[in-house]
Amino acid sequence: MLRSDLQLIADWIPARSRVLDLGCGDGQLLAYLSQHKKVVGYGVEIDVNNVIRCVSSGINVVQGDLEAGLSDFQSDAFDVVVLSQTIQAMRHIEQIMVEMLRVGREAIVSFPNFGYWKNRLQILQGHMPVSETIPYDWHNTPNIHLCMLRDFEALCAKNQIEVKERVVMDGGSRIDFLPNLLGSLAFYRIGRAV
Amino acid sequence: MNHDPHSVGLVCPQTAHFSTPLTLASGHVLPSYELVFETYGTLNQQASNAILICHALSGHHHVAGRHHPDDKAAGWWDNMVGPGKPIDTDRFFVVGVNNLGGCHGSTGPRSINPATGQPYGSSFPVVTVPDWVHAQARLADYLGIRCWAAVIGGSLGGMQALEWSIRFPDRLHHALVIASAPKLTAQNIAFNDVARQAILTDPEFYGGDFYQKDAIPRRGLRLARMLGHITYLSDDGMGEKFGRLLRSGEYKFGYDVEFEIESYLRYQGDKFSDYFDANTYLLMTKALDYFDPGTEWGQGDLARALQRAEAKFLIAAFTTDWRFSPARSKEIVKALIDAQKTVSYAEIESAHGHDAFLMTDPPYVALMHAYLNLVALKAGV
Repeated sequence: MLRSDLQLIADWIPARSRVLDLGCGDGQLLAYLSQHKKVVGYGVEIDVNNVIRCVSSGINVVQGDLEAGLSDFQSDAFDVVVLSQTIQAMRHIEQIMVEMLRVGREAIVSFPNFGYWKNRLQILQGHMPVSETIPYDWHNTPNIHLCMLRDFEALCAKNQIEVKERVVMDGGSRIDFLPNLLGSLAFYRIGRAV
Repeated sequence: MNHDPHSVGLVCPQTAHFSTPLTLASGHVLPSYELVFETYGTLNQQASNAILICHALSGHHHVAGRHHPDDKAAGWWDNMVGPGKPIDTDRFFVVGVNNLGGCHGSTGPRSINPATGQPYGSSFPVVTVPDWVHAQARLADYLGIRCWAAVIGGSLGGMQALEWSIRFPDRLHHALVIASAPKLTAQNIAFNDVARQAILTDPEFYGGDFYQKDAIPRRGLRLARMLGHITYLSDDGMGEKFGRLLRSGEYKFGYDVEFEIESYLRYQGDKFSDYFDANTYLLMTKALDYFDPGTEWGQGDLARALQRAEAKFLIAAFTTDWRFSPARSKEIVKALIDAQKTVSYAEIESAHGHDAFLMTDPPYVALMHAYLNLVALKAGV
């Protein structure tokens, strides 16, 4: 069973496509995709133990730091580039978004929605929020660039990135009503605006 | 001794004689030659479980185990090859071979040239990585191995694995290229040339024909090895091990050995000059300098050269290796990705510099275990 957020991403990826999974962790998504959708691709992962896990399950993985850019990959080399729940911990966000759409025709980005009502409530109560999708205390969080849906969309517009599809989830179910308030996890399918 | 369940135990080198002439990259033809090799484990019925280990500059066929119960040291990769080790001899049939031009038993400058009855010496032709791979392929034929489960090598050995994947794409399923490079940089060639100059200018070298003079260009070999050794260690590793330690605790204001690092390097140089052949050293460094599959097979484009490859690749590099830095391995990785090949890359944190490929940093061992398990599954063992 694939984690529900990864399942949503997997459902967006066409069979037999070439996929680059940035921050691929233990390679779960790629393993699922290669098994069920005959997808070929590579993962990029910084942690050596995760790299070894990927190798164990026969996933192509390249150890590297996303902050260093994607210069190892040619333009238009992939159908889909995935960045799952990683962007909020990255330093150079615009750079990676532009790079993703250089090497891939399309990208899928997911991130925790800071505008989620439980987060807002905790701020109103005078605390930095801790929730299922942002499970860190303020002093030890890897997240440095949290945003809400509208912020992300504004950044896309600024960089001529087209939002092709958006899904917002909370606890495994889709949120269509007031997503920026009621959704804890956002998924975007984006491409180059022409 | 030898009750270690993870050791291949006592091993015995074998010699294969080849009488089909081998045309070398230089145009020279070796009418006949011998290769010394060792094997560990058992070749299965389908001959699907064979692994070739390619050695680096000063390596040889003696990869694992001991020749005599009282041998002080085991083979050079004994930590990686044996029952239950990453290159598991309970599953694989492992072949180690001394390359042509070597000085551990295969035909080389020290061997007697059948045409003259004298050692080849300076007349031994320059051999290249492709020449070695050619000869290794004939050894595979000799052993009844049509397709290697994997070809594995570190440093210059990794270059052979890479060459295998391009030259004989259908004769290996996996190539493990560790702490290697797709070609040398100017800096690397420069190091090699200083090493060569040390040997070539040693008065005991006699233009390569020192055997008949009962001479050994020891000083040259020593210097070459000392220089090489510096480049195999990391600054940090060397600092940690030796720092500024003095042997006698005080300055002597002279040129004898004072710092521990001097003592260590001289010891390494002396030891090396006792057994290694000066002509072989020259040949090996030349083979390194000439290696450039991107130019040979891809008109300067490594990705194009690697289009031919069918093997799956594991590329590994070590963070403190500056002789063949991770950036060099990543050139191979990039070319493989551009060529849409199956490849994984790991950059192992290690303080051991270039030598790390011979060491047992835990993530490195875990990586090799994981990858070789895939190799075994593919081989059906």
